[in-house]
Amino acid sequence: MTMLPVLPILIPLLAAAACLLSWRSVLWQRVASTIGAVGLLGSAIALLITADRHDIVTVQIGSWSAPFGITLVADRFSAIMVLLAGTMGLLVCLFSLFEATRRDVHRGFFPLLLILLAGVCGAFLTGDLFNLYVWFEVLLIASFVLLGLVGGRANIEGAVKYVALNLVGSMLFLTATGVLYGVTKTLNMADLHGALREVQAQNPTLVLTLAATFAVAFGLKAALFPLFFWLPASYHVPPAAVCAVFAALLTKVGVYALVRVFTLVFPDAEPVLWVILILAAITMVSGVLGAVTQYEFKRILAWHSISQVGYIVAGVGLLAVPDPEVQALGLAAAVVFLVHHGTIKPALFLVAGLVKWREGTTELRQLGGLAGATPWLAALFLLAALSLAGLPPSSGFWAKLAVLRALVVAQEWWVLAAALAAGLLTLMSMMKIWNEAFWKDRPLAEKVQGLEGDPALPKPHAIPKAFAAPVVALIVLVTAIGLWPQPLLGYADRAAAQLLTPSAYVEAVGVPPREINTTPDDVSSVILDVEEPQP
Amino acid sequence: MFLFLAITVGVLFTCGLYLMMRRSLWKLILGLILLSHGANLAVFVSAGLTRSPAPLVALGDKAPPDGAADPLPQALVLTAIVIGFAVVSFTAVLVRRATHAVSSDDPDRMRSTDT
Repeated sequence: MTMLPVLPILIPLLAAAACLLSWRSVLWQRVASTIGAVGLLGSAIALLITADRHDIVTVQIGSWSAPFGITLVADRFSAIMVLLAGTMGLLVCLFSLFEATRRDVHRGFFPLLLILLAGVCGAFLTGDLFNLYVWFEVLLIASFVLLGLVGGRANIEGAVKYVALNLVGSMLFLTATGVLYGVTKTLNMADLHGALREVQAQNPTLVLTLAATFAVAFGLKAALFPLFFWLPASYHVPPAAVCAVFAALLTKVGVYALVRVFTLVFPDAEPVLWVILILAAITMVSGVLGAVTQYEFKRILAWHSISQVGYIVAGVGLLAVPDPEVQALGLAAAVVFLVHHGTIKPALFLVAGLVKWREGTTELRQLGGLAGATPWLAALFLLAALSLAGLPPSSGFWAKLAVLRALVVAQEWWVLAAALAAGLLTLMSMMKIWNEAFWKDRPLAEKVQGLEGDPALPKPHAIPKAFAAPVVALIVLVTAIGLWPQPLLGYADRAAAQLLTPSAYVEAVGVPPREINTTPDDVSSVILDVEEPQP
Repeated sequence: MFLFLAITVGVLFTCGLYLMMRRSLWKLILGLILLSHGANLAVFVSAGLTRSPAPLVALGDKAPPDGAADPLPQALVLTAIVIGFAVVSFTAVLVRRATHAVSSDDPDRMRSTDT
């Protein structure tokens, strides 16, 4: 049982290796990746149950004790994120069995997907900052290739922007990690918890600067307000399955890192957290405003991802309020919203994929009449769209309620107003998709001649039932959460309480406790006196 | 020496960011290379620069001698260099394909996915 946190990383990597060994056989690659995805989900469920029952699960790789070796840690927050990755991994894998063409498979679609999943799980489970950087790079490289896999002009252009901005973020992260190591001599996050207290007592400005650098690096990955422009430029170009897994997991890794770093490593960086809270409010509104102006199914969804990240990060930003009740509510809301958005956004992207399969386009002005032609698809979209907008009974209602409740208790009225306005606009842009794609009549071929894209309307394809099964499963899951939210809400409360007691995390990882010397020292000695050997 | 390396890191970052903001994808790659070197150098000097004995444990001892050099930044920077090379070579291939697809290396002409 103690090796449980290793499995979600190991299983997808082994499955990816199996896929690479059977490079020529499309069938065997499909079988191997499905088995890998099932194994990942199974290990994620086992991990969640263990982490919830027996508190924090840790593994010291190679039995090197904590601050020196590589530590894998699964607390409740990590465990539910890994479960999200496992669920999405399996459903997207099943969806791609149909969507990924033979050419995509021959170009390595499945191994890349599995390596992406392994990287995401590694980032969720790692216990030290440098390994977090390494896992970030693993999942970034996999996502770069997935994005540029199909060689159209749009894909390549989207990939260039995505690659350039994400690499700048990685470099910032790496530099900040280097400076952090310079002042603390450790990169284990549990050890940093104590070590940075010492530095902070002597040089609070340095710690704030580091916290701000990490916030910028992770904010870029999470697509926070001024740093989100790579996302709408790239997220709508790949096939729907890739969009779904990106929307479910990639921004979430940035948010996860923000939560982890600001609860464990920089618990006292209040000024930075205030900035994060304000940026979260701006992110909510600017993301949804971007969505309102769009006329393409997947672009609207991509812009919405930004807006929703704002809601999640608002929960994290509430850590700035010194009231522990507000902090617990905020973090719990962030956890609920992460799960909600991690299931609903991929569902919407997969619906877009089905529409694309049927009609050959996702440009809203060329679509129409889908409600009459495929009522079940319209029903799936409607359930998902209402959940995204936060109408009961759906997971979105509870997630938004949790965020709004935390904001009310914190009395952050401006952020609350931004959240409500963004909610209304979300509903509006979802109604736009509904009206354009599903409700209005199918446009005549000669009327859409002047529009960009294919001039003639292609003939609709029938959607195979098995193709739609993963989407139905996702929507059922989302609706089930909406009708029966108590397990998730209770779990989120427990996860938030655990995040707010870092001492338990430090104890579970097993680093020796530090005696915190709070007498102010000469500032210069902290920065320059880095040549002391490690005891 | 510490000050000199600190300034070098700053210069690498400045030049890298400047090049990345030029309207040319090839300069973006050069900028990325400089940026990644700057970050690697920052990690490398983070342990401080000292003339200290190698961190080797003599036979029978349990710990390296007092004042041994800190080996961790070197291990970290080795990993970071490998990752940096991989990322830069991927970006070079991507940019080659992008300039081929758009027939220009000007990022301002790659607007079909912008909004």
